[in-house]
Amino acid sequence: MTSKIHPALIVFTVFVFIFLVGPLVIVIGSALSNTTYLTFPPQGLSLRWFENIFAISAFRRTIITSLQIAFISTFIALLIGIPAAYALNRYRIQLPGWLSTLFVLPVLVPELVLGFALLKNFAAEFSAPIFLSLIIGHTLLVLPYVVRVISASLASFDFSIEEAAISLGSPPLKTFFTILLPNVRSGVIAAFILCFITSINDVSISIFMTGPGISTLPIQILAHMEQFFDPTVASVSVLLMALTVGVMAIVERTLGLTFLAK
Amino acid sequence: MTQNLSIQSITAHYGSTKVLEDLSLEIAEGELVSLLGASGCGKTTTLRLVAGFLEPTSGKIELGGKDLTRLPAHQRNIGLVFQNYALFPHLSVAENVGFGLKQRGVSGDVKAKRVGAMLERVGLGHLADRLPGALSGGQKQRVALARALVIEPPLLMFDEPLSNLDAKLRVDMRVEIRQLQRANGTTSVYVTHDQEEAFSISDRVAIMHAGRIMQLDTPEVLYQRPANAFVARFVGFENLIPMDVVARDGAKITAEMAGGARITLSLEQFGTIPDSFILACRADGLAVTDNASVEGIPTKLGLRTYLGRAYQYQCETAAGHLLANGPLTRPLDIGANAKLVPVPEQCTILAPEPVA
Ligand SMILES: Nc1ncnc2c1ncn2[C@@H]1O[C@H](COP(=O)(O)OP(=O)(O)O)[C@@H](O)[C@H]1O
Ligand SMILES: [Mg+2]
Repeated sequence: MTSKIHPALIVFTVFVFIFLVGPLVIVIGSALSNTTYLTFPPQGLSLRWFENIFAISAFRRTIITSLQIAFISTFIALLIGIPAAYALNRYRIQLPGWLSTLFVLPVLVPELVLGFALLKNFAAEFSAPIFLSLIIGHTLLVLPYVVRVISASLASFDFSIEEAAISLGSPPLKTFFTILLPNVRSGVIAAFILCFITSINDVSISIFMTGPGISTLPIQILAHMEQFFDPTVASVSVLLMALTVGVMAIVERTLGLTFLAK
Repeated sequence: MTQNLSIQSITAHYGSTKVLEDLSLEIAEGELVSLLGASGCGKTTTLRLVAGFLEPTSGKIELGGKDLTRLPAHQRNIGLVFQNYALFPHLSVAENVGFGLKQRGVSGDVKAKRVGAMLERVGLGHLADRLPGALSGGQKQRVALARALVIEPPLLMFDEPLSNLDAKLRVDMRVEIRQLQRANGTTSVYVTHDQEEAFSISDRVAIMHAGRIMQLDTPEVLYQRPANAFVARFVGFENLIPMDVVARDGAKITAEMAGGARITLSLEQFGTIPDSFILACRADGLAVTDNASVEGIPTKLGLRTYLGRAYQYQCETAAGHLLANGPLTRPLDIGANAKLVPVPEQCTILAPEPVA
């Protein structure tokens, strides 16, 4: 038995596919070009622009910084966001309704404004170290995603499961790790990936926080583009994508596996 | 192993709303007591207090003479069975059942043996490696039961364990629960809103209303001799007739109801009768007769329905709408004048209801 697919749907799907994949093809193509300027389709294939990334020390440094910031801010956001989402859902009846809204407010504020406000009222005011400011800015940026995604997982969680575990002798904190977390595992993975991608690609907050000596990769890409129009920006973008995909794969496997091991 | 449960004058609040008021309940070793009542009357709250998920505002809970009131839930060693099973979705059937043993430091072969034996007892030995998601409702509740029983708790508590199952399975499962409970002799509290379920499996039943126990007795006593108007209505007494004693004459009294009809009652039958009381009975406690000369409640008969063992009549009287049965040998017609004669063996005397 075959079901008939409407031809318009096929056309539509193809367009969506081109729309999604097209830019990727162009970026990857340009990155491989042997020319000294950005062009597509690539003329002559070479990896010299990938080598060039590592020849420029600013790229080397900012890649490390961006990875550090993405990991640390994601980690902090999970550390704050998971218990917050838990509390919001577990004690929904007892808590005032506006409390859960509070945790999504940062999403509503334009990132540029958030960045500027942080700069003016925190970084400049207390002359906070740049790295710390970046961590704080990025944590604020990604925290709402954690709360939202974990809340969505918890919405379908039956908390009597937790009580069953406690009644069987498992202390509450242990129950949180052995019973609750494994059941929101996919939510944690999704939140991690979402946060990591958001942080590592962020420009609008980082642009206010970065300063002499410390920058993030997207800011460095911007700076580089202002001076050069060579395919380095394309190759660094490909590298960024590869890093992200790599992290996603690692998170999927490790989080998946640690939770499966009992 | 099994212990008696003693709940002493418990009062509980959610925020500022009082949900339980001065509730006391003594359950003997090995006894199964049901909490029966409409939704929202405080049954689950009572269980959660005993389980340790809620703290009472005042009062005390003891298990086997040991004060539980301030003990954290995970140290109470009480087996719980929930309405929605509450199985751990990420653990296999065997791991679910073994969870409590693991918390108690039982592991390896000993654990595997006890889990295996328990699964056999509930007839699920072949499903040990399944995840809960792949089980039917009845199987899930058996796993939940096994999980609670395997830790050999001194007290088992069930919160509407059969409500999510279909009618046929419900009857089978309640027999199974009762058999397991008796075999282990485990003291048990069983919450349900289903009267038949409560009466069929309990040693005693506590009928609850608005955070209080209205009566705690054996099913037989509750069914035949309810202690107050609320319980009488709850167990299906259709006729509650307020009366006042107008004359006392040795072993007999004469009482009058609204509309002026009088009946004579024997103290031998009813013990003491207060000056103001309610005569309560089911339809078979009022006999319909067209003999106008007998003493009884005058009525005009309404609709007649055939019950197989008797005819039942809707009766309009000066004291309100009543339900009465008449013999199959003499069907009477709608609109006929008749008398309703109380059958003393089927009637009970209750205190008047407090005016709300
Ligand atoms: N978490 C809660 N917060 C506030 N009120 C509650 C909560 N849980 C139950 N209640 C109220 O307490 C009363 C008793 O509830 P419950 O013990 O669950 O009743 P039952 O189990 O008999 O249906 C009800 O009026 C209910 O609305
Ligand atoms: Mg309930």
